[in-house]
Amino acid sequence: MNAHDPHIDVMRSHLGRARGLGAGHSGAGHWWAERASSAVLLPLSTWFVVQMFRLGGASRADVVEWGGKPVNATMLIALIVATFYHARLGLQVIVDDYVHGHAHLPTRLLIKFGTFLLGLLGVISVIRLVVAHGSTK
Amino acid sequence: MVELRLPRNSTIGVGKTFPAPSGAKNVRTFRIYRWSPDDDKNPVIDSYEVDVDTVGPMVLDAIIHIKNEIDPTLTFRRSCREGICGSCAMNIDGENTLACLKPIKSIEGDIKIYPLPHMPVVKDLVTNLDGAYAQLRSIQPWMKADTAPPPDGERRQSIEERAKLDGLWECILCFCCTTSCPSYWWNGDRYLGPSVLLAAYRWIADSRDEHTGERLDELEDTFKLYACRTIMNCTQTCPKGLNPAKAIGHIKELQLVRKL
Repeated sequence: MNAHDPHIDVMRSHLGRARGLGAGHSGAGHWWAERASSAVLLPLSTWFVVQMFRLGGASRADVVEWGGKPVNATMLIALIVATFYHARLGLQVIVDDYVHGHAHLPTRLLIKFGTFLLGLLGVISVIRLVVAHGSTK
Repeated sequence: MVELRLPRNSTIGVGKTFPAPSGAKNVRTFRIYRWSPDDDKNPVIDSYEVDVDTVGPMVLDAIIHIKNEIDPTLTFRRSCREGICGSCAMNIDGENTLACLKPIKSIEGDIKIYPLPHMPVVKDLVTNLDGAYAQLRSIQPWMKADTAPPPDGERRQSIEERAKLDGLWECILCFCCTTSCPSYWWNGDRYLGPSVLLAAYRWIADSRDEHTGERLDELEDTFKLYACRTIMNCTQTCPKGLNPAKAIGHIKELQLVRKL
């Protein structure tokens, strides 16, 4: 071998590279969940925006009472779960597009865990409202 | 992790200018990307002033004229010059298209010509499409049926079944769509790209093929198929007027139908 020959670090055939590790047999669920959750978020966010306008200028006690009612608490938790679930799916898409190599897997995990924690925080806050509402009666 | 800067050798310089012959009446300037692997220089844009009254109506006519009459070193692929071979796919006036189907008159100002985006350049306007061809091979673009064909003739198809292949079989694999797709630029090593997915759907939609399920299995992947973000550059750029985005949508739909 000539010492001046350029080094080639990939000699695998193009077909071998194209086939890669084969299909992961996932993706359809993610794609569908992304669309389904965005459809669910439409009525939930509309409800939330309307409620926020109605509560504009209300006292803290009024808001706590509003959030403690079962229907409102259910809607709030549904909104929080749908929001962070949708955020997780959507952020994954961005990571798949822009983060490559070794950073890909940790970034994906970070997003899963981060959105889960934020969602959990929201849900627990609503539960606290419900508990506070129950104890004032 | 994330590349924020372009590689240094991607900076494009200013090249030579070839002025129009004296007495030329209808002069248009063709600004063409030039790069050669033979020296270590960065790519440059050469300007060719051409009297378009002396050449045919299409961009390909002009660059053939440039190669024959002005600068024989200009390198590009062409064969059929009537939009059926797909060889002269290049980026003209900011859009991937076939030089043989692009009228010079449809372009305002200078005619800027670059190779297909985001593919390794072999020389000037010639790109290396080996990766895309291998991806096409990986989806096995041929009929797979276990039922023996009738001994006295070909496999038959109803008029309705045959109609499902319209808008699919016309693809000439010029890869204008694939190289216009940002998702392919980002993940071209794993995402199959619109051209290959249109070819895959051509076989999924074929009533005579009996391996539809396996074909869908092979495509169900976060990247191979689902890296499509419905950007629709593919459909906008296709010089044959096809709709790869729609074909990709159909594949996703079928994957959903069999799950729900």
